[in-house]
Amino acid sequence: MVDEKKTKGEISERDHQYWAANLRLIIGVLITWATVSYGFGILLRPYLMNVMIGGADMGFWFAQQGAILTFLGLIFFYAIRMNKLDKEFGLED
Amino acid sequence: MSQFTINMLFVGGSFALYTWIAIWARAKSTKEFYIAGGEVPPVMNGMATAADWLSAASFISVTGLISQGYFNSSFIMGWTGGYVLLAVLLAPYLRRFAKYTVPDFVGSRFDSKAARLVAVVALLVVSLTYVIGQMTGAGVAFARFLEVSSTTGLIISSIVVFFYAVLGGMKGVTYTQVAQYVVLILAFTIPTVFISLQLTGHILPQLGFIGTHTESGIPLLEKLNQVVRELGFQDYTADVSNKWNMFLFTLTLMVGTAGLPHVIIRFFTVPKVADARWSAGWALVFIALFYTTAPPLAAMTRLTLVTNIFPQGADQPALEYENRAEWFKKWEETGLIKFEDKNNDGLIQLYNDKNPAFVENVANEKGWAGNELYVNNDILVLAAPEIANLPGWVIGLIAAGGIAAALSTASGLLLAISSAVSHDLIKNTLYPEISDKTEMLAARLSMVGAILIATWLGLNPPGFAAQTVALAFGMAASSIFPVLMMGIFFKRINAKGAVSGMLAGSFFTVGYIFTYLGWFFIPGTNTYPNLPEFWVMGISPLSVGCIGALINFIVAIGVSYATEEPSEEIQKMVESVRYP
Repeated sequence: MVDEKKTKGEISERDHQYWAANLRLIIGVLITWATVSYGFGILLRPYLMNVMIGGADMGFWFAQQGAILTFLGLIFFYAIRMNKLDKEFGLED
Repeated sequence: MSQFTINMLFVGGSFALYTWIAIWARAKSTKEFYIAGGEVPPVMNGMATAADWLSAASFISVTGLISQGYFNSSFIMGWTGGYVLLAVLLAPYLRRFAKYTVPDFVGSRFDSKAARLVAVVALLVVSLTYVIGQMTGAGVAFARFLEVSSTTGLIISSIVVFFYAVLGGMKGVTYTQVAQYVVLILAFTIPTVFISLQLTGHILPQLGFIGTHTESGIPLLEKLNQVVRELGFQDYTADVSNKWNMFLFTLTLMVGTAGLPHVIIRFFTVPKVADARWSAGWALVFIALFYTTAPPLAAMTRLTLVTNIFPQGADQPALEYENRAEWFKKWEETGLIKFEDKNNDGLIQLYNDKNPAFVENVANEKGWAGNELYVNNDILVLAAPEIANLPGWVIGLIAAGGIAAALSTASGLLLAISSAVSHDLIKNTLYPEISDKTEMLAARLSMVGAILIATWLGLNPPGFAAQTVALAFGMAASSIFPVLMMGIFFKRINAKGAVSGMLAGSFFTVGYIFTYLGWFFIPGTNTYPNLPEFWVMGISPLSVGCIGALINFIVAIGVSYATEEPSEEIQKMVESVRYP
């Protein structure tokens, strides 16, 4: 359940800083997320035809392998950074 | 031991395991029934989420879809990328809200019964569409491996699901899903590893995929391009012309994934907010294991199939029908492979007879009278062990894996359906005064009802059963995802905005789908033919969900700002969800 004290208590400046830092992280993650899939994997593929990853052109590789691996990296990156942020702000639950 | 006996042993053994888990993990309270007591460790939850996610369709059909070429890459990115959205936009906050169901969150956040009910309806449309495919999928998997009719298979599956879902609720479902994941991932990866070793010498199919084809000494993908090109097909890696639609389709699949209730409720089961973030990562680890293996399997089995038919290359005569392999004969009996000797030369000509230039320049000259081989896409997975000459137990494993994939997804969906009925409709709307014990009984009875309805729908599939991708993903993307995201990130959204947004998004999406696929999917009632030249701005009905989501956002924000602010209490609640 939602913490009683928090619901009633005022939102402090620190809380706002925490949220702003989180939003910045989210935006960074989503930009990378879109770049590897919609960018490399779909829209930019024609311009990347000469870059080869093994036997595949870069766009094809990202569409079928690279995007997934990047997604994985992104989620763990976000989890690690948020845990650090929680500690910094003393907001662990 | 006959193949049938081996298959029986594998399927029977896995069923015994699921039943044992069901008895071990009986639910004792509504908290255990709805969210497994909120104490599932993140790695376990990740595995259960992966089993929830990898359906019969993914297990059996997705490899075949991918094997048609690059243009179907949308499925690969779409069905994995949604987890990034879940991890950063929804899962941690929904976990912090500590609710039992998706409509429960919507109802509490907007303090509105109307919003809760619209969310329940959206959830039911999405989950029912989805579950029919799983029930029929389980029936088909049974029929293929255990020589029973698909009706019998479906009924056996229902009984097994009944046992562990009614007894154990989310707790039983979670721990059986963990076991089901192990079965299905072994079944999928073992044959792929062997095929990769045979073709490229790489143990990891992901490396073999971009490695060198041992026999010809050129990259595997280049070899595949060459082979299919010689038969008049488009290059395997050929780019697509309608990038716009591919972009929208991928986006719809991603946003839809993040809006599927049976996936979202999995994040309610972990102990802490941080665990919800880890859990999304682990879920994608286990899903990635599947989705990075599928493209290599697709490319390698397609190459193997073609080189089987043209052993000396496409410019030499094709295989004689009399000399076809054993697995070929076996799968012919199921009708998944069909041969028709159109030019009566006893050879199997496989080529693209819809390519006019190729027909005129090559096929006619050789006296070919049309493509003679029909191969169902599902063959690439179902027959993979036989194509790779693997022993009988691997085939048994594939049988158990296919059934596990169907059952795990079906049980997750049934749980989402029954908890929405018992918790949101019965407890929170109709009879708020009932005790925990009575609600638990209601939850079990709802589960029984959901299983009966799903079984009945599986036996008599309605028109919308085949439109899972269009309807379920379209609805999830256009109604559920936006309302959850706005509920967390935009304090200003009120109940009126949320309700009108959900209605506008889903009516637009469903209307667009019906326009091209038939009103209520009744054949012949479509307003326009489902062809690219009739689509508005080149958007296919399968890709429209993300446009619906955009409409949902715009309408919800517009209506909210035109009406009163949400109460102070609600605004404080939203703020409190942001900080642990």
